[in-house]
Amino acid sequence: MAVTAASKVMNNVEAVRETLYEAMKADDRTIILGEDVGNRGNVFLISKGFIEEFGPDRVIDTPIAEASIVGIAVGMAMEGLRPIAEIQFADFIYPAFNQIVGEAAKTRYRSNGEYTCPLVIRTPYGGGVRGALSHSVCIEALFYHVPGLKIVAPSFPADVKGLLNAAIDDPDPVLFLEHKKTYRLIKGDVPEGHYTIPIGKADIKKTGTQLTVVSYGLYVHWALDAAKKLEAEGMSVEVIDLRSIRPMDRTTILESVRRTRKLLIIHEDNKFGGIGAEISAMVAEDALFDLDAPIRRLCAPDVPAMGYAQPLEEEYMSSPEAMADAMHEMVRF
Amino acid sequence: MAKTDTQVRTSLERHGLSDQQLKEIFRTMLLQRQLDNRGFQLNRQGKIPFALGSEGHEGLQAGAAMAFHRGKDVLAPYYRDLGLAVGIGFSPYEVLLSLFARAADHNGGRQFPNHYSSKKAGMMSFSSILAAHIPHAVGAAYAMKYRKESDRAVLVTCGDGTTSEGEWHESLNFAAIHKLPIVFLVENNEWAISTPLDKQMGQPEIYKRAVGYGMPGERFNGFDPIETYDVVKRALDLARSGGGPSLVEGMCYRFLAHSTDDNDMTYRTTEEVIEHRKDDPLPRFENVLLNAGIMDAGAIAQLKKDVLRETNEATDAAEAMPYPVAQDLYTHLYEGAWEPWQ
Repeated sequence: MAVTAASKVMNNVEAVRETLYEAMKADDRTIILGEDVGNRGNVFLISKGFIEEFGPDRVIDTPIAEASIVGIAVGMAMEGLRPIAEIQFADFIYPAFNQIVGEAAKTRYRSNGEYTCPLVIRTPYGGGVRGALSHSVCIEALFYHVPGLKIVAPSFPADVKGLLNAAIDDPDPVLFLEHKKTYRLIKGDVPEGHYTIPIGKADIKKTGTQLTVVSYGLYVHWALDAAKKLEAEGMSVEVIDLRSIRPMDRTTILESVRRTRKLLIIHEDNKFGGIGAEISAMVAEDALFDLDAPIRRLCAPDVPAMGYAQPLEEEYMSSPEAMADAMHEMVRF
Repeated sequence: MAKTDTQVRTSLERHGLSDQQLKEIFRTMLLQRQLDNRGFQLNRQGKIPFALGSEGHEGLQAGAAMAFHRGKDVLAPYYRDLGLAVGIGFSPYEVLLSLFARAADHNGGRQFPNHYSSKKAGMMSFSSILAAHIPHAVGAAYAMKYRKESDRAVLVTCGDGTTSEGEWHESLNFAAIHKLPIVFLVENNEWAISTPLDKQMGQPEIYKRAVGYGMPGERFNGFDPIETYDVVKRALDLARSGGGPSLVEGMCYRFLAHSTDDNDMTYRTTEEVIEHRKDDPLPRFENVLLNAGIMDAGAIAQLKKDVLRETNEATDAAEAMPYPVAQDLYTHLYEGAWEPWQ
């Protein structure tokens, strides 16, 4: 990351907003479209005021029709614009599944490079906000199977800006996941001006020697809390923030695991078929004999989503305490 | 008293089409039929695994193609649009490269035959997923309007089957809201593979749905290229002049099975097909040209020979081209170098 001299503290909502604003200012091919992005300024007020400044041609309040929000954005991208499509909540992305998987991800490939699809699809995901079955899900595992897509899920404000800029600049479709619990919870220094963080690069948020923890999203913050608590008890845990889910930073993960010799993967999404399954398989294939303990995954149970009632949400989600316990067991193994 | 040539020719409602344009339409129709049959022949010869037919759509497609402004308009076709592709400048050789899945094909041999795309010809890339391309066309029309390119429009096509998809509805709705320069052309051939119209929709006149979207709708005889040209041209002109989208529905019939892998005799009768063949657009239009004195029998015979020769030459030339190599599986996934996860 090319850090400029000036920076300011902001939360993740402000980081997304500033990045979108600068992109709209910089390039009039940039179009924002989605449900309630204009008059309402997005349900989290991310694009508040944009329609007044950039006009309804560039900030499009669409009908409630997710498949065509993405599909129209694909057509705009094929025809030379740089659309940023918003799915209001990640849970609503299912009607757009084919447009993302079958169309956006395959445009370049199926036309042998003749047509391209430089498109960003932004969507807030994740739980911990009493979002119930349809305002809290993680969707990354449904999409990370798909070559042709890029998927990023940063959760620190500086990463959000750098990766959103990279996504907007990217000549291929990027699914940009924003953890809604971190929107206003997480604050951090964000450099001013345009900078990018390469898609596909993880970041070691805390170095350690006895255990590698791989996570992303809200859980990176909880994992860091847990690791810092263990640090005070004399245990040294390394925490990797994936930031990008596809492409995934194999090098950083493998290098870390070979050093610490233990791997714990923590994610909010379901365990079965989740991102952790792929990381586990990759480490088992490439670094099994460097391991001193079985790989462990701390993930959501195999149920559809977290319920609305508080005990159901809490049971579904992990916690810094549960993470600390798992880390402790791994270090002591 | 026998009419003079001049009298007959004035009686032909030609909607401004010149003799040359009418001949070109006929040539496109003949080429479509010949290339269409070539696909099926190559399949039956065991040379290609699959082909899709468009027989019965020739009048509609050649007429619509004549209304398309090359180098300006964008076509978002579907997989039964061989005649439209050829009619806007996609060559028989390019069609054959697609059939043979050769490396030099626009898609590099990746896509099914008949899934043509060509940036040069203004023909958008599409998949086999029905209606998925309709919002793409709307997005392209949005880009044209946004850039104030007032002399351009998008022509997007589909069969009757596609009009049941949600994205079809979503696309017409969005296009109407933004008054986009786009024409939705439905090639109604009465069959969605094996599903007849009465099992596809409760109200079988698709063009009437236009009222619900707030755009003009019109139905026409898709066997007649001149009528097709007139309707599609008016709709495209309206789009180009800022008048917004239209829904136009051409009635035709799918003479062949859905594809080389389909047996249509499992769901419809020979009698039905024969009945519709009476409206075959090729002999019908040939007679129009003969009666109007635009072409004589000799010229028509020569044109048919030329089209066959052109098809044969394209077949030989494309067949002689190499397949993609195995390593081509890994290209054009993302821009630039890409290290696959393995």
